[in-house]
Amino acid sequence: MTGKAPHLSLDLSKNEPAIELVGIDKKFGAVHANKNINLTVAKGSIHGIIGENGAGKSTLMSILYGFYQADQGEIRISGKPVTIRDSQAAIAAGIGMVHQHFMLVENFTVLENVMLGAEGGQLLRQGVSSARKELKRLEDDYGLDVDPDAVIEELPVGRQQRVEILKALYRGAEILILDEPTGVLTPAEADHLFKVLKVLRDQGKTIILITHKLREIMAITDTVSVMRRGEIVATRKTTETTVEELAELMVGRRVLLRVEKGDANPGKVLLSVKNLTVKDSRGVTMVDDVSFDVRAGEIVGIAGVAGNGQSELLEAIAGIRKPASGEILLDGKPTAGADPAELRELGLAHIPEDRHHMGLVLKFEEYENSILGYHRESRFGGAMLNLDEIRKQAEEQIAKYDIRPPNPRLKTANFSGGNQQKIVVAREIERNPDVLIIGQPTRGVDIGAIEFIHKRIIEMRDAGKAVLLVSVELDEIRSLSDRILVMFAGKVVGEQSGEANEQALGLMMAGIAA
Amino acid sequence: MSTASVPLPAWINYGLIPLLNLFLAFFFSGLVVWAIGESPFEALKLLLAGALGRGEGIGFTLFYATSFIFTGLSVAVAIHAGLFNIGSEGQAYLGGLGAALVALSLDRYVPWYVTMPFAIIGSALFGAACAAVPAWLQAKRGSHIVITTIMFNFIVSSLMNYILVRVLIVPGKMAPESRTFLEGGQLPKLDWLIGMFGGRLGAAPLNFSFLIALVMCFLVWLLIWRTKLGYEMRTLGHSPTAASYAGMRYARIVMITMLISGGLAGMMALNPVMGASARLQIEFVGGAGFVGIAVSLMGRNHPAGIILAALLFGVLYQGGAELSFDMPTITRDMIVVIQGLVILFAGALEYMLRPAIVRVYQQISGK
Repeated sequence: MTGKAPHLSLDLSKNEPAIELVGIDKKFGAVHANKNINLTVAKGSIHGIIGENGAGKSTLMSILYGFYQADQGEIRISGKPVTIRDSQAAIAAGIGMVHQHFMLVENFTVLENVMLGAEGGQLLRQGVSSARKELKRLEDDYGLDVDPDAVIEELPVGRQQRVEILKALYRGAEILILDEPTGVLTPAEADHLFKVLKVLRDQGKTIILITHKLREIMAITDTVSVMRRGEIVATRKTTETTVEELAELMVGRRVLLRVEKGDANPGKVLLSVKNLTVKDSRGVTMVDDVSFDVRAGEIVGIAGVAGNGQSELLEAIAGIRKPASGEILLDGKPTAGADPAELRELGLAHIPEDRHHMGLVLKFEEYENSILGYHRESRFGGAMLNLDEIRKQAEEQIAKYDIRPPNPRLKTANFSGGNQQKIVVAREIERNPDVLIIGQPTRGVDIGAIEFIHKRIIEMRDAGKAVLLVSVELDEIRSLSDRILVMFAGKVVGEQSGEANEQALGLMMAGIAA
Repeated sequence: MSTASVPLPAWINYGLIPLLNLFLAFFFSGLVVWAIGESPFEALKLLLAGALGRGEGIGFTLFYATSFIFTGLSVAVAIHAGLFNIGSEGQAYLGGLGAALVALSLDRYVPWYVTMPFAIIGSALFGAACAAVPAWLQAKRGSHIVITTIMFNFIVSSLMNYILVRVLIVPGKMAPESRTFLEGGQLPKLDWLIGMFGGRLGAAPLNFSFLIALVMCFLVWLLIWRTKLGYEMRTLGHSPTAASYAGMRYARIVMITMLISGGLAGMMALNPVMGASARLQIEFVGGAGFVGIAVSLMGRNHPAGIILAALLFGVLYQGGAELSFDMPTITRDMIVVIQGLVILFAGALEYMLRPAIVRVYQQISGK
């Protein structure tokens, strides 16, 4: 990124280190999660850590934040060795963490959330006024503008994230760890976050950014470390590396960052949505009079910031949520009243957004999940489960989709995110459906698996299937889709071809241009 | 990223942790016994000798365990589908009516082995019927099953009072109980089982329903882990959203699960009603339904674990009775305190020691 101040890269070597990790080593049983990690992050810099899922990033940060104790090694903060037994000790050492999933009390105000756990005394009133003053000062110093009396659930996600940052600063954090901070943000919100991070850096804070998005690393960090299989395999100055190099370091081999696909050959309409309106459990309209078609042999992408009705749309098509009005047709036949089981028999497969709660039962062994939704099929037995057959087909899927470790008896929770997603993808694609609807196919999935899953989706298209893809990753939507619909506030506000320009899409996603 | 997510080997999870919990429970029970001026070691010796020392003691221990296996299974089946059935007590009570009606109508005409299958069905049907209304309210109306099953315990209790006092009572007698079943309505004692180990059953009421309980353990294992229905139940129990994604019908699974659960609770009545007293008595369940919750919890909702936990509670019941007989300062209520401590440490505080054990385990195995 050219916007970076040139003097900083010079300063880095001179700046004293804010954090030093020396020989950090951590094993969980047979799993060597962190191997002899040595890392120095200079004060007043932004340091990126990238790596595939299961590379050991989270373990390392958990050690830093006191969730785990390292087996060996030393943590030094500003040169002094510290022992971090729990998050309290981490806060005392000046380390603040902004989690991927916000840790905020939804129905509290900003001020109340910031004070939480640091109320200062039994009586609330004394604390409140001094907290208000301190919060105001922090907001002014760092350009983090949030109304202290706003209730969290009424704030947009980008603002909620600022509250998380303010919370850390309020507790005196000098070192901020951000875990996948842009996952829930619009492109514009992400840009704003980066501006805030730069201000924080320029004011002398140290920032560690954990992400799987190479673009973000390139845009904002000063230095970057790549983790693979528990080790730091490289540390680079960001100006001296490239996206391609980083990707290769992460995966350990060359990676195709662009999806290769030929032209689409759209055939007849297989999935048709007509004037669909869907309400959530509180009766709020989430999908508002939406109509579109998906043809055989094409991928239709639905872009949009999370929470604009995409989830409800997918659930309605999959038969999980009853629409308030409108029609859904599969191959010309109305599906009204059909439940997910009947829709599967009609040739609809669904890779859900939320693999943890919907697509998988994490406490099940892998083979049990390989039949979820298809367990009624007679080849898996009558009243009894035909375990031999189920395990056999699970092993076939494991081999074909390179699911690791290749053990159908392993508990699903013990697979990495990418491999969990492959279990879902394998299950849904192997039934050879006519219509495939997909939500967030690569959320929390490592680069190697992303490449694999994208290839399978393109193959489905080329085999003449209709594919509906919902993703909040704009890059993913743009590289896979033949047509793009943009959803905002429950409505389809625009349609673009696959080569849509990012800015135009970004504006539509923000509801600005229609 | 807390210690809760760290996997431990099975021998620690299912062996060491329950044993340590049990040890803690006995330790604190010991303190209580010591505080009232008795020797804890003497008390423990009496308790164990009373429960396991002689053939008759073992017979009583297994008799109690039989009831707890039934109610433990009842609670466990519901928990696998994510339902907390607090109503096993009432379901067992009503199950007693089912068993008694069969015994009263058949005992004159046929031998026990003809009566038995009908009695099993009768008790299960009545138990299931008692669970059906709460199940329907949960499935269709979203009324919380914990509340409705508790309320049904009271309803059944009043209903049985009425039936025993007004309908089944033997004319001219004062006790609210049915007439005594003839031989054809009684389940035979298992003298030969104790005899195989050289003991004598004596007056202990251990009877054929113990074997029925063991068969039910196997059938429940089969249901939960080997059938498609069990697969759907477990999916619902772990993740209702995954179950709806997979097209499983919530109402159907809730109904079937609760009917099975109620049926198992109902069969508990075979043991005291047809196996021991040979008549339907008031309040014959005596809290076995609630003990079933602790048994299921301690046994990690697995039939094998439930057998072990039921045996433990059998020992506590029988040994406790002997103890309070031999040590008059330790009253019946003290025994309840000790049982409460076992439930507290082994059930409710199941995970209290886990974080510490995880840390020790990581230190030992991590290097």
